[in-house]
Amino acid sequence: MEKNENKSGGLGELGSLLKKNMKDYMMYIALVVIMIFFTWKTNGGFLTARNISNLINQAGYVAVLAIGMTLILILKHIDLSVGFVAGFCGAIAAILMTKAGINEWLAIAIVLLIGLVIGLYQGLLVTRLGVPAFVTTLAGMFIFRGALNLVLQDTGTIIVPNKGFNALSNGFIPDIPGVDLGFHLLTLLIGAVGIIMVVFSQVKARRNKIKYNFKVSSTPVFVAQMVFISAIIIVICWVLASYQGVPWTAVIVGVLLFGYNFMLNKTKLGRYIYGIGGNDQAAELSGVNVKNVTLFAFCSMSVMAAIAGILYTSRLQSATPTAGTAFEMDAIASSYIGGTAVSGGVGKVTNTLIGVLVIMSLTNGMNLMGVDISMQYMVKGIIFIIAVAFDVRSRAKAK
Amino acid sequence: MSDYILEMRNITKEFPGVKALNNVNFKVKRGEIHCLVGENGAGKSTLMKVLSGVYKYGTYTGDIVYNGEVQQFRGIADSEDKGIAIIYQELALVPELSIYENIFFGHEIMSGKVIDWNQTIVKAKEVLEKVRLHVDPSTKVKSLGVGNQQLVEIAKALSKNVKLLIFDEPTAALNEDDSQNLLELMKELKSQGVTCIMISHKLREVTAIADTITVLRDGQTIGSKENHGITEAEIIKDMVGREIDNIYPKREKKKIGDVCLEIKNWTVDDPKSGREILHNVSINVRKGEIVGLQGLMGAGRTELAMSIFGNPTGYRIKKGEVLVNGKSQRFKSPREAINAGVAYVTEDRKGNGLVLIQDIRYNTTIANLKKLVKGLAIDENEEINVANGYKKSINIKAPSIEQKVGNLSGGNQQKVQLAKWLFVEPQVLILDEPTRGIDVGAKYEIYSLMNKLVEQGMSIIMISSELPEVLGMSDRLYVMSEGTITGELSSDEADEQTVMAMAIKS
Repeated sequence: MEKNENKSGGLGELGSLLKKNMKDYMMYIALVVIMIFFTWKTNGGFLTARNISNLINQAGYVAVLAIGMTLILILKHIDLSVGFVAGFCGAIAAILMTKAGINEWLAIAIVLLIGLVIGLYQGLLVTRLGVPAFVTTLAGMFIFRGALNLVLQDTGTIIVPNKGFNALSNGFIPDIPGVDLGFHLLTLLIGAVGIIMVVFSQVKARRNKIKYNFKVSSTPVFVAQMVFISAIIIVICWVLASYQGVPWTAVIVGVLLFGYNFMLNKTKLGRYIYGIGGNDQAAELSGVNVKNVTLFAFCSMSVMAAIAGILYTSRLQSATPTAGTAFEMDAIASSYIGGTAVSGGVGKVTNTLIGVLVIMSLTNGMNLMGVDISMQYMVKGIIFIIAVAFDVRSRAKAK
Repeated sequence: MSDYILEMRNITKEFPGVKALNNVNFKVKRGEIHCLVGENGAGKSTLMKVLSGVYKYGTYTGDIVYNGEVQQFRGIADSEDKGIAIIYQELALVPELSIYENIFFGHEIMSGKVIDWNQTIVKAKEVLEKVRLHVDPSTKVKSLGVGNQQLVEIAKALSKNVKLLIFDEPTAALNEDDSQNLLELMKELKSQGVTCIMISHKLREVTAIADTITVLRDGQTIGSKENHGITEAEIIKDMVGREIDNIYPKREKKKIGDVCLEIKNWTVDDPKSGREILHNVSINVRKGEIVGLQGLMGAGRTELAMSIFGNPTGYRIKKGEVLVNGKSQRFKSPREAINAGVAYVTEDRKGNGLVLIQDIRYNTTIANLKKLVKGLAIDENEEINVANGYKKSINIKAPSIEQKVGNLSGGNQQKVQLAKWLFVEPQVLILDEPTRGIDVGAKYEIYSLMNKLVEQGMSIIMISSELPEVLGMSDRLYVMSEGTITGELSSDEADEQTVMAMAIKS
């Protein structure tokens, strides 16, 4: 039956494909609707090159946190401490660079190491002592909030003068030297390479599936999908190229996203993470070291929090005692909106990134519209709960 | 009123693919102690669930006549209203609450809108007196032993004015003294006019206490006899007296080699209950041999397998030795056991065997991804070949290896489990209830596969509570009861009655 359906192709198939994968497409649709809505409400202000660059820089630290959080949530744990761990790590970076006069790259390395130590501390509590992650990281929230205030007690906000450091969340990749066409050529080239890579890998994957007689979508639908993805990449790159090019933040998030996506989909470790989330006892009996894999996830989370702290400090070009407040809320919400299952075992970092864009578009758009911050929280909360309720419902139905 | 407090007439209960109860008739006289016996899976628990309303009226056919009226129970609350209560093997008490809170949990004594605690304590003392439990009713339940907890459970039932009390394996978790105590109490309750039904494997207790004994086998009533000196042997004969269909494939060539896995004096504590669950267990299996490990539920078979297989549940191993090919080993994790060539196929495939939300491919390779890794990444083409290979060779029926295992039938899920462990290429395969809950066709395929594997030189330990299966498949078998090996038999010596007698020995 299904094979016939595939051969028939055309609009009918597209319709049934949409229906079947409604859950997966839902967040894309939501993102597009949100973007159109804000573009309309701000008379096009939302979709300007400048604002999109701005949105990417704003979303960077949340994306980094949400990618790490996705692992934790797949494992059915939670990490509430990430906000203040990020704030604390950012402050330490600022102190190292200003007071200790350490070179920014060395400071970043030290801060990442501190993130790792924090991850070890929380992960060991969860895996070796069996303290629930909720409690461990709630305590972490207290501790690192205090630590953040402590290290900034004498100085208050620290202004970071280091140009290289500040470029991480404000700068753009340089263009090819000696070229001046009125737009950012390298950005377009990156876009073109990106499209070629995506199409190439998709075609290869499809060929493989056909080779093993797996279900694939029909050729017209596949082509339509490829055209759609390429169009999106072209639009984004065009918009960015007409401004200042690709922000460094996008490069950092892109590299992390690629790495985590590879790890989750292609490596043993990734398989184990999904296995533990799906059925930890079965994973254990299959020879998986559940404790060590979980410990890894907590270490990765705190290192990601340290990176987020660096990005945030760079963005503000300063470390403040309030940095990190409520970051964990955005990170957790993004991951769930991106389709990570509340019951664990399911989740993709690529979809989490869509969730981040949903949340950060809401923030950015409402800021542009001048919506009051209290309203903003309520709107985000309502969208979050609708997304999760929808997800839970459709999973229950699938059973 | 009739002599019978309860008559269950022509009860038939079907599950998808299985008739759990087939025209069962079960009559209980007012004020007697009626024992219900049968092998695991004979339908005893199902029958009691029908009676108590766990399986609602309408999901079975036949009539429940209680106190002369046909009943239509739609839930436990309905049957409790009529004075029927079940004491389950796993006690349903809230450990952090006191005895009196537990006794009246769900039917609190009220004065107006609030709970009357004074009255509650007074009433609790009265029912505790009835079950002869002389402890302060404000004691927390968790600080009581299992035996006393059970008494609290009985007190709870009595507080609801129970007329028919059902005990499901009440003495399975009790020591000798507590068991005796409980049996005495049942006699006392009988004299107070409470009718008791007891499900039990312990035939010594059954013959000692029962007024009437009903035997179930394969979902059918075999017979109901009044107890005028019935012997255990008679009951056993009724329990196992089925004709064995010829469903066990013959093995062509037997080539049995050296001892491959040996367990010596294995003694293990469960730190949760503090009880010793395995006592001096010594077994071995040779290359190319199928060794059966028979025992009823709760005999300690799964605990034995788990404690050997890296002990993930954290039992305390007091003494003993595991030898693989003569080399002493103590596996600290399932991974170490796997690396040494030991694989364990769990009895609870949904609970701790498979990752149900993942597909066949994922579940097939998860225990041995090492073999598929090229550089950093898993070689997915090779993985697909492996999964497809097993799908074909052991006949997993599914549209493709991308099918989620949660959507497969029990038999196919079991085959996926087997595929996973075959991919590990173990020397010793421990199968725990390999054919539980799967249909006859799939059973036959699994038996054939087992034969093929031992012919190739693998060693298999087959844990099973199904007697015919153990007898049909094993070259040699051990019988286990209450954590002790009670017998070792060659396939020639073993017959149903000998094995059953050993399995219920305490």
